[in-house]
Amino acid sequence: MKPAIRFVDVVKKFDDQVVLDHVNVEFQKGKTTVIAGGSGQGKSVALKLILGLMEPDSGQIFVDGVEIGNLDRKELDEVRSKFGVLFQGSALLDSMTVWENIALPLRERTKISRDELISRVDDALAQFDLSGHGDKFPAQLSGGMRKRVGLARATMLHPEIILFDEPTTGLDPQITMDIYRLFFRTQQQYGFTSIIVSHDIPKVFNLADQVVILNDGKMTLFEKPEFIQHSTDPMIMKFVEQTMGEVYTSSEELK
Amino acid sequence: MIVRAIEQLGAGALYHVRDLGRMARFLGYSFAGFFKRPFRFAEVIRQLRLIGVNSTPLILFIGLFTGMVLGLQGYHTLSKVGMEGTLGMLVSLSLIRELGPVLTALMVTGRAGSAMCAELGIMRNSEQFDALECMAIDPFRYLISPKYLAILIAMPILTILFDLIGIFGGYLTGVVLLGINPGAYMSGIEVKVLNEDITLGLYKSVSFGLLVVWICTGRGYFVQKIKGAGFGAEAVSRVTTQAVVYTSIAVLLWNYLITAVFI
Repeated sequence: MKPAIRFVDVVKKFDDQVVLDHVNVEFQKGKTTVIAGGSGQGKSVALKLILGLMEPDSGQIFVDGVEIGNLDRKELDEVRSKFGVLFQGSALLDSMTVWENIALPLRERTKISRDELISRVDDALAQFDLSGHGDKFPAQLSGGMRKRVGLARATMLHPEIILFDEPTTGLDPQITMDIYRLFFRTQQQYGFTSIIVSHDIPKVFNLADQVVILNDGKMTLFEKPEFIQHSTDPMIMKFVEQTMGEVYTSSEELK
Repeated sequence: MIVRAIEQLGAGALYHVRDLGRMARFLGYSFAGFFKRPFRFAEVIRQLRLIGVNSTPLILFIGLFTGMVLGLQGYHTLSKVGMEGTLGMLVSLSLIRELGPVLTALMVTGRAGSAMCAELGIMRNSEQFDALECMAIDPFRYLISPKYLAILIAMPILTILFDLIGIFGGYLTGVVLLGINPGAYMSGIEVKVLNEDITLGLYKSVSFGLLVVWICTGRGYFVQKIKGAGFGAEAVSRVTTQAVVYTSIAVLLWNYLITAVFI
């Protein structure tokens, strides 16, 4: 099967710092891949490269078989229309209400009637436990609510791929669990390909079909999360030692 | 030591050339946004309210007192050579050709330009531009081009208001307070203010408006690429200050050039 996203020999540097060093990795369609690694290792940079918000210094990135490096603005927009993104800080438009933020992709990218727009946004508010908050502005919401609005907005056009940039950073454990439950439920409903960037390890591993460890510019792909613990790579062994002491979140708990 | 100094000079020059290139492309994208559909006329109206309507009281206040001071100073200067009757001409030409467009531009820079710069800087830092791009929404069409159109409409209107209230201020001091003949004041305006004076003032106001919106939105949009600005809220505050200073300097320099060409 054609991968959803493929990195071919990708290099990205900032001044002298090599963030991605000849990375070759494939993200499979319909699967949930967690990109894990320490702070400042370039996890969010990988997402921005996938979205064409940054360009690699060398190498190629393919989205659904299309190389995004040489696309013009219109073609890039077509590729981007396959994506939904939940940003680290939710990236809601401050000057718009919750309702308007969720309606934004529908208003701008589709030609649905006003009645249908209202109905779909109201449904989304209910689905993401935001009923009664539609008239509030982002600044009036808690961190968890902002994430839910961001997730609602990301799923409005039923994208093929959703990228999650640190979806639970700064949230307390209870809200973190709520967000993972919501993710689990939405993923079950729409069946999208998802890539989750997180240092919330190993809590997110039970969501994952695949895990990519990013360290010192190198990406190592594990087809199953549990394979990580059997790795003989010294870098991975060190990573396991540092991060795997915590308890996994069980999938039953998420359900 | 010398090599290092030359290196730094070269790096500084390269940075400024790149910065200018970025800003030139930004201007091009902003104008291209006018022709992309659907154009957001509702946002133009909202911006007209923020830039135009909300700036009007300040413009009227500054315009009135500028005209009054001009009337006062003009009267005392002209009375030394017995030409008090030409006060209307002095006040109106000073306002229409120079002070109206320049002071309006400086007021709009301080009031609306700084707000636009800070707004876009905060949006950049909180990834709101990235979010728009990821939703395949062109941020120029959606956010920036409407600001351009609004300011290009608002600036000449604000300048005309400034000129009118300024001329009225000159009338208050010259005629009401100091006793100049009202007919002489008004006929000075009628006879000496030509169409080309008004046209020049309006050209100036539109070109200043373009400078204000270009520099202020551009600095905010590129807040993360500006050398030495720092990060986060500090960067937004520094870049906003920088935008106001650069715009004020650009307006004054451009005013001199335009005046030198058309005088």
